[in-house]
Amino acid sequence: MTALAEKPPVTPTRPALRHRLAERGIDRTLLLLVPGLVFIVVLFLYPFLYGLGLSFTPDQGGGPFANYQKFFQDPYLRNTLWTTFELGLPAALINVAASVPMAFKLRRPFRGKRTLTTLLVVPITLGTVLTADGLLEFLAPSGWLNKTLLAWHIVDQPIELVHNYWGVLFSLIITGFPFAFLLTMSYLSGIDPTLESAASTLGAGWWERFRFITLPLLAPGLAITFCLSFVLAFSVFPSAILVGDPSGETRVISIAAYHAAREQFDYSMGSTIAVIMTVSMLIVIAAVLLWRGTLYKGATGGKG
Amino acid sequence: MSTTLVKPPSTAPPSEGAAPKPRRRIAGSPGSWLVWTMVAFFFVMLAGVIFSVVVTSVSTQWFGTWLPEGFTTRWYGSAWREFGLSSVLGTTAQVAIIVVVVSVLIGLPASYVLARRTFPGKKLVMLLFLLPILIPPIAYGIPLATVLYKFQLGGTLTGVILANLVPSVPFVVLTMTPFIEQIDQKIESAARMCGASTVAVFFRILGPLLVPGILAASILVLVRTVGMFELTFLTAGPDSQTLVTVLYNAVLGAGIRAPQQVDAMAVVYTGSMLLLLVIALRFVNPTQLVTRLKDEATSS
Repeated sequence: MTALAEKPPVTPTRPALRHRLAERGIDRTLLLLVPGLVFIVVLFLYPFLYGLGLSFTPDQGGGPFANYQKFFQDPYLRNTLWTTFELGLPAALINVAASVPMAFKLRRPFRGKRTLTTLLVVPITLGTVLTADGLLEFLAPSGWLNKTLLAWHIVDQPIELVHNYWGVLFSLIITGFPFAFLLTMSYLSGIDPTLESAASTLGAGWWERFRFITLPLLAPGLAITFCLSFVLAFSVFPSAILVGDPSGETRVISIAAYHAAREQFDYSMGSTIAVIMTVSMLIVIAAVLLWRGTLYKGATGGKG
Repeated sequence: MSTTLVKPPSTAPPSEGAAPKPRRRIAGSPGSWLVWTMVAFFFVMLAGVIFSVVVTSVSTQWFGTWLPEGFTTRWYGSAWREFGLSSVLGTTAQVAIIVVVVSVLIGLPASYVLARRTFPGKKLVMLLFLLPILIPPIAYGIPLATVLYKFQLGGTLTGVILANLVPSVPFVVLTMTPFIEQIDQKIESAARMCGASTVAVFFRILGPLLVPGILAASILVLVRTVGMFELTFLTAGPDSQTLVTVLYNAVLGAGIRAPQQVDAMAVVYTGSMLLLLVIALRFVNPTQLVTRLKDEATSS
């Protein structure tokens, strides 16, 4: 009798810990998340933090920031960052700018649309190494492109397109454009076409419809497309070596990082450059996403 | 500007019906021309890139003419022997298949939780799964390779597999989460009411429904892993080279070997990638290759 009287006041005020946690969404199902989290922590987070720590302990000594100082003082290293931006920003801008009118024209179903999208996936599948190999032959002074231009008397002598800036830009466009296009296309298909019809009924021309109806609805998607195209272009590595001029004009930051870590075996400097690369990329993405935050992101025409 | 000047005489109501039509036709045609020129330009470049490689690989000699002097297939045999392609292809297949299986095994339970539950810190977990896809492979590959070499895993097949898993597991999580979200939760609840245990729900209810999604995710991971250059390049040793790194080394040392031989291997690579692509397209819609990014966009 006394034992029964003691218990009741405890249970209603404080339910078991398991129940309280379950109310907040924590129960045994969450254990399914453990393998994935352990994996990411061990193979991604730990190496990354290890590299971050390594970058503050220079091989040559001289204080924790010695490597960072060296990177920004040595013009040969510092310039790799600008070289990467000079390649990555135009490539991402061209890819996004070209995919908007194309996605706009090709969004309606027409014969051969599936073939076209399939063909566009081919360069994504082939990857940068094969594209670089093909470009080396196609754009070479004796390649088909220069031959055609010479035969049509568009140029007097072969134009130099490989082993310089242009070769790398071409390779970034060939591998990056289909990606930007397919992404833009999927964003565009989420916009209700009746909105444009309504604008058209009210007398808006194609430019007004594009400028005041479609573009504002598409802009948040374009910001994401730009970010991802930029990430792809920013991490350019094999094509900058193969079709570029890896010791001069197209010495991008990933080449510098690879060179330091795996050819000079200065892991500390290699990690420093990798950290600088990550941070500068995240700065650009954060800037674009901040700008995206100011845009209208309401219902993009519903799911109709 | 001119349209606004022309309009006033025809008075305010723009409901003449015929007015928008001719305007669209006039404005539309230069736009279409521009678009189709861009499409044509892109595909001419693409065809040029691919056919340059293919034609070189079957040529006897090709110096400065439109087409090579003669055609032969002997470069394929010599490339196969000299690059040891049978063992390279074996390694590539081994790496790719193990990566696919492991990443599905690890990623699927995690994406189930992310699709069905809300819990404190979910945003942080999502961010953690997003980062390996957002950060350039070289940037995390260099510290990762350093750590792998520290534990004597660098240069081994295990190291290559571990490195390739890093972007693959998040990829499976990000493609499977929306797929699981669209499966009606009532089906699971019904099974539970009928007395099914968690294991039974997972294997007998969810499993069959998830097969298409798992297939799509696996094929995308397969294509990405076979084509993944940076991580394999940073971690592979002499015995663990995959097709793409062998091709890179061959192109880089182009002076050492005949270009036809290098291109013969490039054609083997292209062929295997296109084969994978054909298989992939039987299961996946092309736009699905990139929709994972759309999901990221909506979730953030």
